[in-house]
Amino acid sequence: MMSEAQAAQSAAEVPSGLAALSTEGLNVWYGTSHAIQDVSLTFPERSITAIIGPSGCGKSTLLRCLNRMNDFIPGVRITGRVAYRGEDIYAPDVDPVELRRSIGMIFQKPNPFPKSIYENIAFGLRINGYRGDLLPRVERSLRQAALWDEVRDRLRDSALALSGGQQQRLCIARALAIEPDILLMDEPCSALDPTATARIEDLITELKASYTIVIVTHNMQQAARVSDYTAFMLNGRLIEFGPTERIFTRPADERTEAYITGRFG
Amino acid sequence: MRAPGGPGMRRRRRAAAVALQALALGAVVVGLGVLVVLLFDVLRDGAGTLTWTFLDSFPSRRWQQAGFKAAIFGSVYLLVLVAVISFPLGVGAAVYLEEYARRSAMTRFVEINIANLAAVPSIVYGLLGLGVFVRTLGLGRSLLAGALTMSLLILPVIITAAREAIRAVPASIREGAYALGASRWQVVRHHVLPMALPGILTGTILALSRAIGETAPLIAIGALTYVAFVPESVFDPFTAMPIQIYNWVSRPQQGFHAIAASGILVLLVVMLGFNALAIVLRARMQRRSQW
Repeated sequence: MMSEAQAAQSAAEVPSGLAALSTEGLNVWYGTSHAIQDVSLTFPERSITAIIGPSGCGKSTLLRCLNRMNDFIPGVRITGRVAYRGEDIYAPDVDPVELRRSIGMIFQKPNPFPKSIYENIAFGLRINGYRGDLLPRVERSLRQAALWDEVRDRLRDSALALSGGQQQRLCIARALAIEPDILLMDEPCSALDPTATARIEDLITELKASYTIVIVTHNMQQAARVSDYTAFMLNGRLIEFGPTERIFTRPADERTEAYITGRFG
Repeated sequence: MRAPGGPGMRRRRRAAAVALQALALGAVVVGLGVLVVLLFDVLRDGAGTLTWTFLDSFPSRRWQQAGFKAAIFGSVYLLVLVAVISFPLGVGAAVYLEEYARRSAMTRFVEINIANLAAVPSIVYGLLGLGVFVRTLGLGRSLLAGALTMSLLILPVIITAAREAIRAVPASIREGAYALGASRWQVVRHHVLPMALPGILTGTILALSRAIGETAPLIAIGALTYVAFVPESVFDPFTAMPIQIYNWVSRPQQGFHAIAASGILVLLVVMLGFNALAIVLRARMQRRSQW
């Protein structure tokens, strides 16, 4: 558990008033299993926050709380507060469907729809009320995801014919097309080869200028390369949070240091 | 390392394997063989009287003039009505149970009962139809009453097949759609149903092909056996192929048995046609959704 001093230190390192997303005393139970224990975290605006930790520490669970994707799991119980721009997203009058239009998610295994490349992106546009000629928007999001040049001539081909890395970029394009505020990425590169991984990491770094990004990764080097802030979790608890540079060079907690130096994980 | 037990055990294991193979092959031969013999028998009895006149005439007291027309039309109309009634109901129920209903004692209860209903003998459905549709609702022995009864009969089958197909749609596709801010209905309409459609259609076609051959419920609700007209509206009385066949087989004259066999051939062709359609449709749609 972080001491008062450490908590104060971490909080001070996040510019106040610029939290796009934050959690306060978040607890999650799957049945009787206490998966997330009292996690309070802020995700600063227009930056990349990485959540690292060993398998089973609750990183993905935490991520899924941020856009209420855990609502779909039967028997889940969530207490505490998750604030998006100051408003608690678990308040009874909040519509999760609306919420997910502002907070997009990229999954670990690329999951394009079994439709054409064009349709994959057009679907999100249509259900979010975009009308008229969707092609310019489709093109723009494919350019944002650095995929346009590779697929411009075959937009009507099946998305499933793309390579793994291309499919993941398509999923990113699909999420970007509806102009979200925040992007949540759940180990987006773990199913990809190193070349595809590198391309997507470059893409993520570019996207930082316009979006707030939270990325869960089990790859510490990736976290060190890509993120501005890092949160380290262990057994459902937040152990330490701070600027990536400090976490990786002068970790305050000995468990953080043990994980980062590879003594366990 | 050689297994303990020596050459005697190896010989016994080998003998067991061969015996099992022979038994399995024998089962296939017997099963198929019986079907082939039956088919041959029907063909021999009925091929001679299977003429265009036969297909185009109404029944008569003289077997030489008796025809299958009323039965064919009756069965076809019945089938179309049953499809129109049972498909939306069945798919709707499956969508509700899989996508909207939360797991509770109530839904489990419903699930168990649907499985049970699929196993209830068809005559029971016939009696139910007689009581509810023919008498209480006053529909009489009409096409509509028959169609409603048969729909009830195949509804559990369609619901089960549709549920299986819907359940087979991967969770990753649903999650991807939800994460884009889709409502539950949008996910069902744009992703789940299109992907489940091949399975749903196949299940429905197979259920319909079963309905076309059911005799007991139609007898129970009183489908007439001597119908010398083609039904004009859903409230008209009717006959169906299995009924007509049953009626002819019960007559003493040999000639009627011959045309009964012809009727059986027509019924078989229709049923095989349906099953072939199901297979073709499934193959084509699977190829399309896998692209």
